[in-house]
Amino acid sequence: MKTLLVAEFREGKLRAEYTQLIAFAQQQQAEAAMFLVGAAGELPRFNGSLYLADMAKYGEYNPTVHKQLLLDAIAQEQPEQIVFLHSSYGWDLAPRIAVALKAAQISEVVAVEDGLPVVPVCNAKLRRKIKATTAQTVLTLQAGAFGMDADPAGTPTVVAVETNASGKVQCTGYEAAKIEGVDLTKAEVIVSAGRGVGKPENVAMVQALAKALGGEYGASRPVVDAGWVDHNRQVGTTGSTVTPKLYVACGISGAIQHLAGMKKSDFIVAINTDKDAPIGEVANVLVVADLKQFLPVLTEKLNAR
Amino acid sequence: MNILICIKQVPDMESKFKINADGTWYDRADLAWRMNEYDEYAVEQAVRLKEQVKDADLTVLCIGPDQVTETMKKALAMGCDRGAHIADPDSSKREPIEIAAMIAGFAKDKNFDLIFTGMQSQDRGSAQVGVMVAELLGVPAVTTIVGFSYDNGTIQVKRELEGGSKALVTVTTPVVLTCQLGLNTPRYPTLPNIMKAKKKELLTLAPDAGGVGPRQETAAFYFPEKKGGGLVLEGDVPELADKLIQLLKEKTGVLA
Repeated sequence: MKTLLVAEFREGKLRAEYTQLIAFAQQQQAEAAMFLVGAAGELPRFNGSLYLADMAKYGEYNPTVHKQLLLDAIAQEQPEQIVFLHSSYGWDLAPRIAVALKAAQISEVVAVEDGLPVVPVCNAKLRRKIKATTAQTVLTLQAGAFGMDADPAGTPTVVAVETNASGKVQCTGYEAAKIEGVDLTKAEVIVSAGRGVGKPENVAMVQALAKALGGEYGASRPVVDAGWVDHNRQVGTTGSTVTPKLYVACGISGAIQHLAGMKKSDFIVAINTDKDAPIGEVANVLVVADLKQFLPVLTEKLNAR
Repeated sequence: MNILICIKQVPDMESKFKINADGTWYDRADLAWRMNEYDEYAVEQAVRLKEQVKDADLTVLCIGPDQVTETMKKALAMGCDRGAHIADPDSSKREPIEIAAMIAGFAKDKNFDLIFTGMQSQDRGSAQVGVMVAELLGVPAVTTIVGFSYDNGTIQVKRELEGGSKALVTVTTPVVLTCQLGLNTPRYPTLPNIMKAKKKELLTLAPDAGGVGPRQETAAFYFPEKKGGGLVLEGDVPELADKLIQLLKEKTGVLA
């Protein structure tokens, strides 16, 4: 199937995640070309056509202009599917392309089964397999769902794309992530608090367990958004990606953005009242218990050792 | 200023889900319903903007069966001025483009300066509808905002990016903004405002996607297979703690 892969460029650099697009194309045995608003000095390692627009001229986030550049590449390449990452760039641009092409859009693809894309529903508790009824399809791939075994190789054949389109959205700069204080990526043990802790006072129980295990405490996004824990302790896509020897998830249901940030931990313990929570998919041990009862007992027993 | 806020009613994600009879979606029976979490941030930002500029009119729009008016009342109690309910008992079968077409059809002749919505819904999670509305209306859209300020027609937002950095973006009205968690702290409606909300205008409209139909269909709908074969421990709390400590001794080096 003719496939156009949409790679990404940010803060002057090619985003390494483009290899996930190639992995997807290889898995589908698709005939792939690539599109990038980037720079000639930093090309993806890829054998095939690369429709390249100049980032210096068109900007890194300029949706109307990027849409036009990509539509021009699509007109030349005539792909049956246009594949993005389900990322801040991909979920912003993909629907614009789907509307312009009157194409089906299937978001956050985690797998392809029997030739059809599968997406998560209801915080990954359910799965839906979708059949597009249009000739062209726009897909976005869940971060990390498709990976390459080997390093990418090759040199693309560059096809320059240009446009006179202009947009009303202006990206004026970037604000760096705040990473002062604790660095969770260096911790050997992390005990994280999720929404299931219920109230800010209960974060102390998570901290106490972390201390008893000689580790650091972390949190999932809702707990950070609520202001109960500082952002530099957030684990997940928009926080830290961690790989400790032991990860204890307390009252964390397991949203995909959280799982992406901790599933490579050596040993994962989940403590949750809901046996069906998606965190169970990655946990080595799921303790079905109420945190408020279980954590103090566990901490006391650990401290008494 | 004329502002539209698009919200969705979704099940509580902690619910025990069942699959519906024709195997295409979750069964709607016996679920607790609430406002899509991302949309709460959209409502809050619109209300804050009204508090800032004073002269603003907030319409909250929701598509779905009659029960969604309960969720709309929360938005009215938070500070929206009127509700527009597109009464569609089959809304859960609609694909994002159909929902977007209904919203764009409603909005097209109303000159909204700003349209706020959540960056995605908690159930379908497509992250498509807001951008599609903007494209159908021919206005700019900025997605995944975690910061917002408004000054005399110019809007500055922060877009959340992977890894915790943010893009600083400037745009003018009219514009569609899709809101990410953490944009603000959504207020709880006060009792007097809940009472006032009951008297606010709530329009009921027929669903009209202007001839736009679905472009995809459900081939299968199912629970994911449990993988990894993780151990499930249940029972008495002190026993559970002992078992877990034993496991940590055997399987990890951290209790050495």
